[in-house]
Amino acid sequence: MLGPVLETLIGGLMTGVLYSLVALGFVLIFKASGVFNFAQGAMVLFAALSFARLSEFMPLVIAFAFSVLIMIALAYAIEFLVLRHLVNQEGIILFMATLGIAYFLEGFGQAVWGSDIYKIALGLPTDPIFILESVFPGGLLIDPAELIAAIICAVMVLVLAVFFQVTRVGRALRAVADDHQAAQSVGIPLNQIWLMVWAVSGLVALVAGMMWGAKLGVQFSLSLIALKALPVLILGGFTSIPGAIVGGLIIGAGEKLAEVLLGPVLIRTFDLAGGGIENWFAYVLALVFLLFRPQGLFGERIIERV
Amino acid sequence: MTIVFYREVGQFKTSYDADEAIFPIAQDRWSVIVLVAFAFLGVPLFAGQYLYTEVLIPVLILSIAAIGLNILTGYCGQLSLGSGGFMAVGAYAAYNLALRLPETNIILVFLFAGVMAMLVGLLFGLPSLRIKGFYLAVATLASQFFLEWAFARVKWFTNYAPSGSVAVGRVELFGVPIDTPGRTYIFVLAITVVLTIAAKNLVRGRIGRMWMAIRDMDIAAEIIGIRPLHAKLSAFAVSSFYIGVAGALWAFLRLGSWEPLAFDVNRSFQVLFMIIIGGLGTLLGSFLGAAFIVLVPIFLNQLPSWLGISMSTAAISHIEFMLFGAMIVLFLIAEPHGLARLWAIAKEKLRLWPFPY
Amino acid sequence: MDSGAHSPGSSEGPFGRNDSTGNYGMRAPSEQDIVAGNVLLAVENVSLAFGGVKAVAGVSFDIRKGEIRAIIGPNGAGKTSMLNVINGFYHPQQGRITFKGKPRAAMRPYEAALGGIARTFQNVALFKGMTALDNIMAGRTLKMRRGFFWQLLRFGPALAEEIEQRRRVEEIIDFLKIQHIRKVQVGKLPYGLQKRVELGRALAMEPDLLLLDEPMAGMNLEEKEDMSRFILDVNAHYGTTIALIEHDMGVVMDLSDRVLVLDHGVKIADGTPAEVQADQAVIDAYLGVSH
Repeated sequence: MLGPVLETLIGGLMTGVLYSLVALGFVLIFKASGVFNFAQGAMVLFAALSFARLSEFMPLVIAFAFSVLIMIALAYAIEFLVLRHLVNQEGIILFMATLGIAYFLEGFGQAVWGSDIYKIALGLPTDPIFILESVFPGGLLIDPAELIAAIICAVMVLVLAVFFQVTRVGRALRAVADDHQAAQSVGIPLNQIWLMVWAVSGLVALVAGMMWGAKLGVQFSLSLIALKALPVLILGGFTSIPGAIVGGLIIGAGEKLAEVLLGPVLIRTFDLAGGGIENWFAYVLALVFLLFRPQGLFGERIIERV
Repeated sequence: MTIVFYREVGQFKTSYDADEAIFPIAQDRWSVIVLVAFAFLGVPLFAGQYLYTEVLIPVLILSIAAIGLNILTGYCGQLSLGSGGFMAVGAYAAYNLALRLPETNIILVFLFAGVMAMLVGLLFGLPSLRIKGFYLAVATLASQFFLEWAFARVKWFTNYAPSGSVAVGRVELFGVPIDTPGRTYIFVLAITVVLTIAAKNLVRGRIGRMWMAIRDMDIAAEIIGIRPLHAKLSAFAVSSFYIGVAGALWAFLRLGSWEPLAFDVNRSFQVLFMIIIGGLGTLLGSFLGAAFIVLVPIFLNQLPSWLGISMSTAAISHIEFMLFGAMIVLFLIAEPHGLARLWAIAKEKLRLWPFPY
Repeated sequence: MDSGAHSPGSSEGPFGRNDSTGNYGMRAPSEQDIVAGNVLLAVENVSLAFGGVKAVAGVSFDIRKGEIRAIIGPNGAGKTSMLNVINGFYHPQQGRITFKGKPRAAMRPYEAALGGIARTFQNVALFKGMTALDNIMAGRTLKMRRGFFWQLLRFGPALAEEIEQRRRVEEIIDFLKIQHIRKVQVGKLPYGLQKRVELGRALAMEPDLLLLDEPMAGMNLEEKEDMSRFILDVNAHYGTTIALIEHDMGVVMDLSDRVLVLDHGVKIADGTPAEVQADQAVIDAYLGVSH
């Protein structure tokens, strides 16, 4: 019994790392501009589509390079067409604008690159690895592709975390997140900062898209992964990079375990047609967190002063 | 000699009574009366089935949902992405009541749908007391996904249908079958008018002010004696009621048969877009937004043939997404208060017409 | 005419204090209460700290019914925190507040409102999306009783109540001379008018105690004179007890019956304006002499 549970746990953790990467894109933009970028999921889809289609007739590395350029161009476009005009608007307006961007990107991406399901062939090994064969009969199954994806994501997350904390640019980004006008008044170039942050977020979206795309195939539902990142942010705190990491792991492991452990119980008790606990578990977990610790595990408490 | 016809000249209010009327300006009053009369009496004279089933009925039902969400998000400032789920509650509640107590009057069935949605809305609205803004939006997503899942998996809700989809039979009101598009239209129109008047009354009075106070500055609201608990929960309750009724109407009178997918998260976004484009915090905006959302896809579908080019349905759907996304952004940049504000501005210009200022 | 509440050195006309704004006889009714010494609010040894920062330390004072009480002090003295404590926003770690003779434990702002305390804010806490009229009507919330279903119907009791409340609110609008902007969205109004609307909203509550946090901030001389007149009128006409935080010394001297001086969260003086003005500790505090 322990064997399968551990297997699920490991699988869940690895999925969790992928969630963390997507959540990181959110955190970056939120930290730097106070904008909750609902379009992150669409960006993941768009990036994945670009890479998938380009890699059909280019070597992988070149396709990657081009995709990076495309995402940077996208960041430019978003900053120029949308963000610039919404400076100093309330957060809710900016949030809804990213909603609009998300819809636009989903339509645009599929119009340009097509709406079939595309495969990303990264050349990752697919033969399952078995570990701990001495402890558990048959060993625990680990998917090497997932393992490599998890490692890549983990590296990216660490690099970004360090960048944000340590560098001067990182500091500037944090200033901007606190107060646009104040940051401007000390000479921080708002537009450039936003540009950079959205570009980095785009890069993050690309890597996440590649990883998820290799796992699931590139299709429309990829943008819904972003919706999954929201509970991650709630658990971790919207402004915390370590929070995105920890939150991702908890959600990834949690929902898989819930499906495997809680699922059968619910199915029996309520006479359900199948499981699917995964669909809502993360959200309900986030909801519970919101009630008892609204700032998440690592976020900052918001104190409202009158 | 110029004619100035849209003006309040000469219409001085001599009592607060007159000022507190729904449409203080006489022209507005008459326009609405004429419009409603036309809707009831004039439209049936020329409308064909297509207009009824593809335009008028969807717009009316979605307007009810939009009014509901507008009350919660536009007037009370509580962002919700759970509209689809609440529509589902209304639809399935109505379905189950009509199934198990088939003799129940259809009005009661829809009322029941609204009440059930209201109860669920109250439950999922409780977190709003501690959570605000985007966080609340995420919490409402929890309700959305949970409800979607519940109606897909809990077999009792769908009466153990193997395919997961349900269907309703003929709808009748006091023995009169509502089976033609014309009759359905009148029925839905009547319900819409009643619900709109009720909403307008709420919004104009102390409850509407209470909601708006919470939206604008909930801390200040407390010091004048408004209890945030009370205000937010009442907004959730009324909003969910409307959305639940809309869901039941949509299921019974527009779809006929459906699966939970009809009320998924995309539906939630659709209703949200309606009120953003139409105008947050206005009842007119709910109607304008619903009309926009229904008409644009129809327009896009016809456009290729008008232009003489051919486009796949997939391509049309892509363009739809792009258009909606672009419109949202455009409206937020240029006119955050949506079509309703544009309409108000147009009326202002009309007041001055034909003078430049 | 010796009312005993004025210190030697202030001139008196036949109807009361002859102050520089020329408001004769405006405060005669309230002097009786002050002399009789009815205490409306008593603050006993209240301390408030945020984390390690002490905002208020062991402050005690009272506010008598019908008086105009000024709370002054250099920036950061804890004046707004003190109002927030009275209002129920902050709960002091120590000390007790007695309002209308009843000691209260930690009170929520809603309960303070119910009890008859109204308040304005330094940064104008108006409902920016609503018109001036609606904002002031919102102040009548506690006076409006008609339930949900009457509101749905509107015809009948709800409408009658709405019109009755509208009548009262129009009285306040007339009083504050803001008829011309009543249908304007307050977010669009200039700062001075916003402050007036906020005062109107507070008045709409018919409070026993009105807390004003820097009601004259950012106003020019003319606006200040108007606001001063309003405050005096409110006190004379409605008998409302007023506590105000204010930086303009001239205003404080003219308007208030008694003055409380805070510095770094501690009370350093308490008395009539003339007494306080002459107090050495107060002078030191304002001039920045360390003590």
